[in-house]
Amino acid sequence: MATPALSVTDLVVTLGDHTVLDGITFEASVGDFVAVIGPNGAGKTTLIRVLLGLTASDGGVVRIFGRRPSRADAGVVGYVPQVKTLDRSFPAPASDLVLTALHQRWPGRVSREERRQAVEALDAVGAAHLADQSLGTLSGGELQRVYLARSFIRSPRLILLDEPATGVDISGAADLYELLETYQADHDATIVMVTHDWTAAYHHATHVLLMDGAPIGYGPPEEALSEDCLRRAFGHIGHAHAMFGGAP
Amino acid sequence: MPVSASVLALPFMQRALAAGILIGLLSGYYGVFVVQRQLSFLGIGLAHSAFGGVALGLLIGVNPLWVALPFTVVVALAISWVTQRGSVSGDTAIGIFFSIAIALGVLFLAMRENYTADAFAYLFGSILAVKPVDLWVIGGVTVMTLATLPMWGRWAYATFDRDLARADGVPVRRDDYVLAALLAVAVVAAVKLVGIVLVAAFLVIPPATARLVTATFRAMSVVAVLLGATTAIAGLIASYLFDVPSGATIILVQALVFFVAFLTRGR
Repeated sequence: MATPALSVTDLVVTLGDHTVLDGITFEASVGDFVAVIGPNGAGKTTLIRVLLGLTASDGGVVRIFGRRPSRADAGVVGYVPQVKTLDRSFPAPASDLVLTALHQRWPGRVSREERRQAVEALDAVGAAHLADQSLGTLSGGELQRVYLARSFIRSPRLILLDEPATGVDISGAADLYELLETYQADHDATIVMVTHDWTAAYHHATHVLLMDGAPIGYGPPEEALSEDCLRRAFGHIGHAHAMFGGAP
Repeated sequence: MPVSASVLALPFMQRALAAGILIGLLSGYYGVFVVQRQLSFLGIGLAHSAFGGVALGLLIGVNPLWVALPFTVVVALAISWVTQRGSVSGDTAIGIFFSIAIALGVLFLAMRENYTADAFAYLFGSILAVKPVDLWVIGGVTVMTLATLPMWGRWAYATFDRDLARADGVPVRRDDYVLAALLAVAVVAAVKLVGIVLVAAFLVIPPATARLVTATFRAMSVVAVLLGATTAIAGLIASYLFDVPSGATIILVQALVFFVAFLTRGR
């Protein structure tokens, strides 16, 4: 059997005396689109941080294409952070941020070839016109495209997104899924996305990981987002009615 | 002979100018990280920590610079270490360590038999105080800075977003220690000329001015370095001509340039 793109087994993370992740287990094959859903404080961002090698686990095994996150090649994983974390005081045009992904450092002198690559990557997400625009002036949706271009530029096989739709308007979010699905089809990539958007998860993800510290359900959206699972995750299913009642 | 030429013929003035230019370049360079990481309090903390080292040097009769250098580097590393452990904020760690260093400095000075004015020169800086040995120290810091120039891109990346840089395999924590140590060394090197009380301004005003007039981090770095050097020259010459303290004069020149930039370019 082929090595899974991502496998997480019995992952435990404690921060201080608080167990943030408790026995998370799931596996994603190449080409899967995994939506990670759970209430606030469910440890979703911590899970992404473990996959990025930013937070150490206290138990369990995490493998990205068979390797530990800290040992994975820089080019394998693309990361799209939350838009709101941007330091808007930092002086830089969008193209500089895109280029960080090429050399794992902030670009000093930008060669003509690098410039071309940055514009091409931005063009692929419909944002070539933003190349010279200052990061501090970008809207949430524009910034998200720049982060997407940044992650696409080195053709990653696994893309991790942390609440990419937060701070982005609805049409921007719709574009996001289209861009992700196009990239996925072209590159046979695997996607793991933390999201609050159940409807989007239901329609775009191949798998949903529903969690609240501990895993509650993992599988195709219709299974993982069952009434029973949602009630266990959120204590109620108020938000789910719209989704099951024929969301767009 | 015009005044400016006669000024330049004086050996102490030549030393002061050489020191001023190099210190201006160095503080402009490190200052861009200080400003963008919102660490101006670290500059103040390290400068005041140098006071502890200077006082210890005066007490034991060793050139204060040689004591202040390791002393301040240790404080810088301690601040980084405590901050990276995460239970205490950087701001608090700086506040604790620089108070300890000053308290030690006060004790060391009080333990001296004859309380002299030489500590005063370190507090406020003096154009006359720059000796050849100080130039060697500043030259050494410059060489270290040139040797670590390739780290600019990694420091800049971590300055923009630590997590993004770490996720990309940049050894952010180790880089932070190196930056803190070099910053400490640069601060101590500047103390003789600029003074403990004012040295932090060197790290903040030229980069803050550069930020107002540039759109990329590399341009900000270049402009901050050039501003640091040119304001040092202008301030030193003014300080000689009007017979006023060098450090304070340079900083007032820097502040003047900042406000001109702020009023014409600031949003």
